[in-house]
Amino acid sequence: MPASCSNGQKRRGIVLEVIAGILLITGGFFVFVAAVGILRLPDILMRMHASTKAGTLGAGLILLAVAFTYAEIGIISRVIAAIAFILMTAPVAAHTIGRAAYQSGITFWKGTIVDELQDYYHRSSKINTKSDKIPDID
Amino acid sequence: MKIFLFHIILALVWTAVTATFSFENLIIGLILGYIVLLVVGPAIDQSGYTRRVYKAITLFLFFIKELFVSSIRVAKDVMRPGFHMKSGVVAIPLDVTGNLEITLLANMISLTPGTLSLEVSDDRKFLYIHAMYIDEGVDQVRHNIKEGMEQHIMEVMN
Repeated sequence: MPASCSNGQKRRGIVLEVIAGILLITGGFFVFVAAVGILRLPDILMRMHASTKAGTLGAGLILLAVAFTYAEIGIISRVIAAIAFILMTAPVAAHTIGRAAYQSGITFWKGTIVDELQDYYHRSSKINTKSDKIPDID
Repeated sequence: MKIFLFHIILALVWTAVTATFSFENLIIGLILGYIVLLVVGPAIDQSGYTRRVYKAITLFLFFIKELFVSSIRVAKDVMRPGFHMKSGVVAIPLDVTGNLEITLLANMISLTPGTLSLEVSDDRKFLYIHAMYIDEGVDQVRHNIKEGMEQHIMEVMN
């Protein structure tokens, strides 16, 4: 803050900085949790839970911190656009990876107590043939 | 759609009348336009625009709340030694119809930690999700999704 700023402006700057700081720390914490989760959780679907959330909450909070730090229209609009695009694309990627993992027959960890999708794939043979056929790459 | 355009025009008129084309002022214009539409809405519009805008904001806030609550839950379990949850794949019977509604529901389920949408049945009657916490039983998971997100989405879309 330059010395010429009035008292009110200075206070506003400090408040914005504190908010931005809190958002940065929380966002960083959730990204960290996501990283630990990817390493620690027992099977791939559980890991997907951890990884998508880094994209949403972690990145969202850090982007919000950027908006609060600069507090100008150009930055804020770009932050909103970035968050909107993350919210639109992250679940699609998670869904596709999870579905592909399930169809390629991953083994679940021992804490898995129910699998209702298995019946569905078993029932409708149409889907089964569709998903079981692995396309030739070479 | 027409009434949405009308809402935007009202906001622009406000910025023109107050002669400040700033982001904050546009937001104020939108809020004032909303109040105007609340008053005159029933006379010019049958689609329930104001109610749906209100429900959409409720849905957004509900989603933010869910995002935080379940993120903290997952974070706790990731940081704690040992695993205390029970996971599994659960079928959710769908009441929402239409591609947009199902996509919205599936995306919101994927975005919330602890649940991940895997597959929609061909007849669009079931959504299969992987849930991290089914300690309280499969029915509880179904109930939470149906009473929470699906209910909110139906109120916005109908």
